[in-house]
Amino acid sequence: MLTAVLLFLPLAAALLLLFIKGAAARALALGASLLEFGLAVYAVFAFKTTGSAAFNLNYAWISSAGINFHLGLDGLSLLLVLLTTFLVPLILLAAFKHNYDSPSTFYALVLFMQTGLIGVFVSLDAFLFYFFWEVALIPIYFLAGAWGGERRVAVTLKFFLYTVVGSLFMLAGFMYLYLQTGPAAGSLAAHSSELSAFYNLTLSASEQSWLFWLIFAAFAVKMPIFPFHTWQPDTYTESPAPATMLLSGIMLKMGIYGTMRWLLPVVPLGVSQWGFLVVILAVIGIIYGAIIAIRQQDLKRLIAYSSLSHVGLMAAGVFSLTSIGLQGAVVQMLAHGVNVVGMFFVADAIERRTGTRHIPDLGGLTRRTPLLTVCFLVMLLSTVALPLTGGFVGEFLLLAGVYQYNAWVGAVAGLTIIFSAVYLLRMFQRVMLGPDSAFSETITDLTGGELLILVPLIVLVFWLGLFPGTFLHISEPAVTNLLSLVGR
Amino acid sequence: MTSIILLSVFGIINLFLGFLRSNKVLLPGAMLLLLIVFGVNLADWGQGTQSFYNSMLVVDNYTVAFTGIVVLTTIVLLPFSRSYVAAGEPNLAEYYSLLLFSLVGAVMMIGYNHLIMLFVGIEILSVSMYVLAGSSKRDARSNEAALKYFLMGAFATGILLFGVALLYGATGTFVLSELSTAVAAPANASLQPMLYIGILMMIIGIGFKVSAAPFHFWTPDVYEGTPTFFTAFMSTVVKTAGFAAFLKLLAVALPAAQGFWLPTIQAMCALTLLLGNVGAAVQTSTKRMLAYSSVSHAGYLLIGLVASRGNLTGEAASGIFFYSLAYSLATIAAFGVLKLVADHRQRDDYAALNGLGKTNPLLAFSMTVAMLSLAGIPLTGGFFGKFFLLAAAVGQGYIGLVVFALVMSMVGLYYYLRPLIAMYLRPAEEGATPVPVDGVQTVTLALLALLSIALGIVPGFLSGIL
Repeated sequence: MLTAVLLFLPLAAALLLLFIKGAAARALALGASLLEFGLAVYAVFAFKTTGSAAFNLNYAWISSAGINFHLGLDGLSLLLVLLTTFLVPLILLAAFKHNYDSPSTFYALVLFMQTGLIGVFVSLDAFLFYFFWEVALIPIYFLAGAWGGERRVAVTLKFFLYTVVGSLFMLAGFMYLYLQTGPAAGSLAAHSSELSAFYNLTLSASEQSWLFWLIFAAFAVKMPIFPFHTWQPDTYTESPAPATMLLSGIMLKMGIYGTMRWLLPVVPLGVSQWGFLVVILAVIGIIYGAIIAIRQQDLKRLIAYSSLSHVGLMAAGVFSLTSIGLQGAVVQMLAHGVNVVGMFFVADAIERRTGTRHIPDLGGLTRRTPLLTVCFLVMLLSTVALPLTGGFVGEFLLLAGVYQYNAWVGAVAGLTIIFSAVYLLRMFQRVMLGPDSAFSETITDLTGGELLILVPLIVLVFWLGLFPGTFLHISEPAVTNLLSLVGR
Repeated sequence: MTSIILLSVFGIINLFLGFLRSNKVLLPGAMLLLLIVFGVNLADWGQGTQSFYNSMLVVDNYTVAFTGIVVLTTIVLLPFSRSYVAAGEPNLAEYYSLLLFSLVGAVMMIGYNHLIMLFVGIEILSVSMYVLAGSSKRDARSNEAALKYFLMGAFATGILLFGVALLYGATGTFVLSELSTAVAAPANASLQPMLYIGILMMIIGIGFKVSAAPFHFWTPDVYEGTPTFFTAFMSTVVKTAGFAAFLKLLAVALPAAQGFWLPTIQAMCALTLLLGNVGAAVQTSTKRMLAYSSVSHAGYLLIGLVASRGNLTGEAASGIFFYSLAYSLATIAAFGVLKLVADHRQRDDYAALNGLGKTNPLLAFSMTVAMLSLAGIPLTGGFFGKFFLLAAAVGQGYIGLVVFALVMSMVGLYYYLRPLIAMYLRPAEEGATPVPVDGVQTVTLALLALLSIALGIVPGFLSGIL
């Protein structure tokens, strides 16, 4: 029941928002998202840490086809739901800083998106998962398209086509798997699309070999993994700040999560055949993203490439198939979500004050903005993976996982920390320090409302850095369970 | 059966309503009559198989289901004729009567059990459509459309009739069930070529009506020239009835000739998908895009025919039902919005829709749902329509065809997004005023969108009913 409430509460709020205007809309959107976060926190406390899913909900959805409306939360899902519900109120607060046209619709779309995202994280039926996977795309397309920058039409079209085409491959893969299954117990339908039915399939190595790519296509585009990433920098740059936060903070995790839940245990032989190639691609992405980030002049674009580089490491950690790598990916999903949302928010704050994101136009901003400088620096150092921050725990575990998998690859992947220090500190230097620019004297510091967004993020950065056990503890049985399924 | 009688009587009543001075009662009158037909039709659900006219016509769940779609489609289409009422169109009563009569033809095509009945049904439907295509008498394009449709349609029906004759020659019967036994165990082997030519000609004839490639070439021109209100009818009712007839013919009469028609339909299917989708992608006019898109949807429905493998019940048949319904709802909404916008802004290219999200949020939303449904994006009925058909095809082992269909639906995404881009991402022209929409149209569009979404969220109540 709790899962269903988590799923439908944002949707209900989104529908209500269509009829409400003005300040009431803000209150409703924020209130609903905070209530949702409260529910997620409650779920964390009510959750019994086992490997199997809790808070199950299972109804026949299309009974003639054996497709069920099956929701459940295991540790992995729970953490991602927690991340989503934590970030959405902050993203809404960030949206309040802008005077968007038809704001109610904007907030409604954000909440609608939240339903899609939570649906992805809690679905335990393949077609339900696919359903929410696509549902999450519709609002973000409109958010990015209707409120985006000048090149939005071409950019969002590319984004939409890339992701849907990727997803259709996944759908084809799911259909094939579905037709291999037998009937579920007590069901009249000939097949079942339950996750457990997929896990129980025995497929030949050659089947798994091509199924791997069909399913992985969707996840690779969503993350994105090199060379499926070309939609990402443009879309991140052109989208309005809240949409960018949704994309980078949460939507990207759909790809990692999907890989962990719907790829690794379903086609383990395909993973063992192609895993190394994916790790290599991921590492190429790490280096490639980092090198391009160094040369960027646009603040948002730089962060976009930085995100590309970091997601590569997460993918590599997942495909290392080690417990430590997967756990690292879990922590890093949380840490990256927090970091990247913080970074984009800071970039947005600077842009709102100066009207530009062009790095050479900025400089010497620190004098008047001590708070901004501190917040920016914390977010940045966590992204660079400085010890004590969440980024450090995540990346350290990930690198350890990749190193266990293959020492050479681990060594190359480790360059990410050096590279990100280079491009991020260089950016910080050019934006905040350095010679004065036109804005040095006039820029104002963070307001209380903005601190309201950044402080929770900073708290979580240190929480993740100092007490990662809080979260690792929740996900550990789920990860062990997944790995045992892969190793079968 | 009752629905045929009712439709004919109501058609005549409607003609007499035309003698009234005012057009005002016509629209509510026609809608009311159709609602009665819809209800009466549903009453036959689950009543088993009833035969009429010496078994020339049967009413079973199959007939009820597809009749339900065509009647419902017409009901939700009617409110978009409001501009005719407002303009004091003198022939409005005739238009409505022709629509009702053509529905008689559609119901006969769905319920036939005898090839002559099929032919008569197709003719009733087609003749009404020829007239309606040219109903905008002073518009050269409408005249061109009517002439093109009539000439080619007449040839196609001729070929169909020739096919019927050859089938009769080869088997000695018009009745579907008898045909099936005669085809399975031919009495005279030397007549086999005649049989196959007959089947081929019937496929050509029906393929023309449902605009399946390579017999689709008339579709874009005719759809474009025909007044949008009737284009919507053509692309939904004619296609639904055509596919119901097609499936019945192949499944009831010709299952034994599968070895012959399966490859033919497969080839048509692939060709239709290719030409429909690629054709739609290069259009600049929304109406022509929708015309090509209707060709492409014939392609997806043909997958259902392939997957049915000669079964009138089961996954594939249910899939065709579901798909036709989802397609019809979305298409009516799309043409409806297009008609309202085009009437107001005097153009029907993509740019006509610019900024509609701002000026008319409801129209834009309705169009959005329609486009997403046609594109097969989840949350809409179109997704499950495609899903059921493709799943049935994969289940029968047509992996190649399904992969091709998926690739083609990726092409489809591109052109279905273009109206959305115009509506939400591009600003309206300077001084663009909201498109006037009346209350009934508002309710209808909202209902269409809700139905499409309902089919996309709880498809269970209509899936697998055949």
